[in-house]
Amino acid sequence: MAPKLPPHHPLEQSTSAVAGGQASAHHSPPRGIMRWLLTTNHKEIGSLYLIFSLVMFFIGGIFALVVRAELFQPGLQLVQPEFFNQMTTMHGLIMVFGAVMPAFTGLANWMIPLQVGAPDMALPRLNNFSFWLLPVAFALLLSTMLMPGGGPNFGWTFYAPLSTTYAPPSTTFFILSLHIAGISSILGAINIVATILNMRAPGMRLMDMPLFVWTWLITAFLLIAVMPVLAGVITMMLMDINFGTSFFNAAGGGDPVLFQHLFWFFGHPEVYIMILPAFGIVSAIIPTFARKRLFGYASMVYATASIAVLSFLVWAHHMFVVGLPLVAELFFMYTTMLIAVPTGVKVFNWITTLFRGSITFEPPMLFALAFVVLFTIGGFSGLMLAIAPADFQYHDTYFVVAHFHYVLVPGAVFAIMAGVYYWLPKWTGHYPNVKLSQWHFWLSVIGVNLTFFPMHFSGLAGMPRRIPDYALQFADFNLVSSLGALLFGASQLVFVAVVILCVRGGEKAPAKAWEGAEDLEWSVPSPAPLHTFDTPPNFRPHEH
Amino acid sequence: MSGGSYYVPESSKWPILGSVAVGVMMIGTGMLLVHDRGTPMVIIGMLGVLGVMALWFYDVIKESRQGLYDAQMDRSFRWGMGWFIFSEVMFFAAFFGALFYVRTFALPWLDGEGAKGVAALLWPDFTASWPLMSPPDSSISGPAATFSPWQLPLVNTLILVASSITLTVAHEGLKEGERHVTRNWLFATLLLAITFIIIQGVEYYEAYNHYGITLQAGIYGATFFLLTGFHGVHVIIGATILAVMFWRIQKGHFSGDQHFGFEAASWYWHFVDVVWIGLFLFVYVF
Repeated sequence: MAPKLPPHHPLEQSTSAVAGGQASAHHSPPRGIMRWLLTTNHKEIGSLYLIFSLVMFFIGGIFALVVRAELFQPGLQLVQPEFFNQMTTMHGLIMVFGAVMPAFTGLANWMIPLQVGAPDMALPRLNNFSFWLLPVAFALLLSTMLMPGGGPNFGWTFYAPLSTTYAPPSTTFFILSLHIAGISSILGAINIVATILNMRAPGMRLMDMPLFVWTWLITAFLLIAVMPVLAGVITMMLMDINFGTSFFNAAGGGDPVLFQHLFWFFGHPEVYIMILPAFGIVSAIIPTFARKRLFGYASMVYATASIAVLSFLVWAHHMFVVGLPLVAELFFMYTTMLIAVPTGVKVFNWITTLFRGSITFEPPMLFALAFVVLFTIGGFSGLMLAIAPADFQYHDTYFVVAHFHYVLVPGAVFAIMAGVYYWLPKWTGHYPNVKLSQWHFWLSVIGVNLTFFPMHFSGLAGMPRRIPDYALQFADFNLVSSLGALLFGASQLVFVAVVILCVRGGEKAPAKAWEGAEDLEWSVPSPAPLHTFDTPPNFRPHEH
Repeated sequence: MSGGSYYVPESSKWPILGSVAVGVMMIGTGMLLVHDRGTPMVIIGMLGVLGVMALWFYDVIKESRQGLYDAQMDRSFRWGMGWFIFSEVMFFAAFFGALFYVRTFALPWLDGEGAKGVAALLWPDFTASWPLMSPPDSSISGPAATFSPWQLPLVNTLILVASSITLTVAHEGLKEGERHVTRNWLFATLLLAITFIIIQGVEYYEAYNHYGITLQAGIYGATFFLLTGFHGVHVIIGATILAVMFWRIQKGHFSGDQHFGFEAASWYWHFVDVVWIGLFLFVYVF
């Protein structure tokens, strides 16, 4: 059922394939499945990432629907609490590590070489290794649910001692699978940094790069900086579980809170890893369909960098109620609020780009505009949560769930979909079906808001997260959320239909598929041939 | 910037085989830890990983020898290795961070000091100290004694610092094109590396058999083995890389201006050395 996104033109050469030396000697790739197993081509690997991410999106989505079905009405009806906990945990893990991150990496693989005018990623074999580690990691992760005692049931944040002393035996396998996924992320990020810093077309300075490239450069830096910290903390868990160490055990002089510090030192940059590339995509789409240059290009770059730097200084705002010294509460409260400044710069720039533009509402633009509005709602609820004394009330309620789903679903996921609609013509040579895309968009927007907006209210009223049952006064909000979730999940089938139809046919797209699009990827034919930019293109910097 | 001859390999079986090998190794490790069986799987997986790495690097060396790599490719390798080492730095940073957190916050709080001294209610008799000889709960027995930093650890420090110097001399020899200088000093580096590993082995033996420093000996033993253990693993990896470089020198692989393989190995070795300095200071001395 997985659509094959890249074009079947194994022998087709780039229009500019007059390169000297070895680069022009492309052999025809192996046929059938071997082609996908052995490939070193950034477009094929990009497609693999995207297909993998889509599959994971549906698996994680089904887990979410199990959660929502159980919460459809008060009382326990469908699943046992133990299984409910596995569902919330696996939903989070799969969506974060299996769906959102690989989707952005897939887009990076496809688009960064095209946007900087490179023949491929800097280290193509390593690129393939990064991808194929993922199916291994997630097959192992999913298999834990079939093991005695069940799979991970301690929430995607796997706090010790829930994940050490009181965890099911399969936790060791969970840790090992996360190690594999982490290796994949680090190697992928190293490749992206090397590509961006070393493979740009002659004449393209750093400040000439499209913002998707810029945001990915900064994201890759964050990945390289924090994925090893995750590896470190899960290694310490592994040792506490299997070798009797006391890292997270106060009886031996350790501290369970140490786990939370280490986890969130990784975890907070991690949430920016899931949103910065989204900023890049939206910053490409809005100028294209507003037919204006992006307002404040340089400030966008600096804002992204500031967000990345600040992300290392805010981690304990996830831990306001764990028992931090007052000075830490204050420090992390203020640094967290500071992040609103560069984020505000971005929203301001997007809106100012729209101001007096000649706006049209093609499918990518619909998703990008929804992103700006709905992500900002998530940003504001984040600001509310940043206020330490207020967080004492909101902590671990559905208000938090509402907040991070607003930034992740109509935030990160909508941006990914916007990117897919924006670049599908480049990948397949066809425009996505407009009517179906619009149906997908509107059903998704309605579904997302029905699902997550009521959670603000149930959360403020005190409904705790990660509990399979609730008090009667929350029944109406939960009913609406569950119906919304079903609508949102079902409407993603429309998305699959759009993608499959677009791969198989549709209105032909020219090289420059969107009238207002400017970046280098629109200078190669649609669909992009297997090999592009064998000789570096002439890059003429335009004024930002 | 792209010069038009960037080498893009067509297809390769090593990445997929490597992924499968990593998977086998990890599943085997899990089986071994959880179900107490799976040793053959771990060994097969490990051999698979090592074999794939060897063959993959063999391909890279072959392509390099064929002159397929240009200056741009060289820069890709440099960025790649540099950021890989940065990721390793962050891996150790997590462990050092844990050590500092425990010493600065967790233990004093358990002793009733500082902003969260209320934690002393858990074990009222507990007294914080570092090294932590008696952990809060009596079910966990602490170490009986700790190492003096001025004996084996100091010797090991001198050995590693010396090995960084000998490696630099070897590198200078390579740049000058004096192969015998490189070979001899690289050999000296390898000997120092092996000596370090042996001394570390002796120390671990002593720790378990005479000092009561074990993984289970509370937070001191845990952090001691976490930091020195992962450092030791990195020394073994670094020494293996240096051994490969020795073999390549013997084969006459490098030239005065083209030897990034050697340079990457020396970057890695210096990184391992710097981590040890941090270890010596904060695990042994202070």
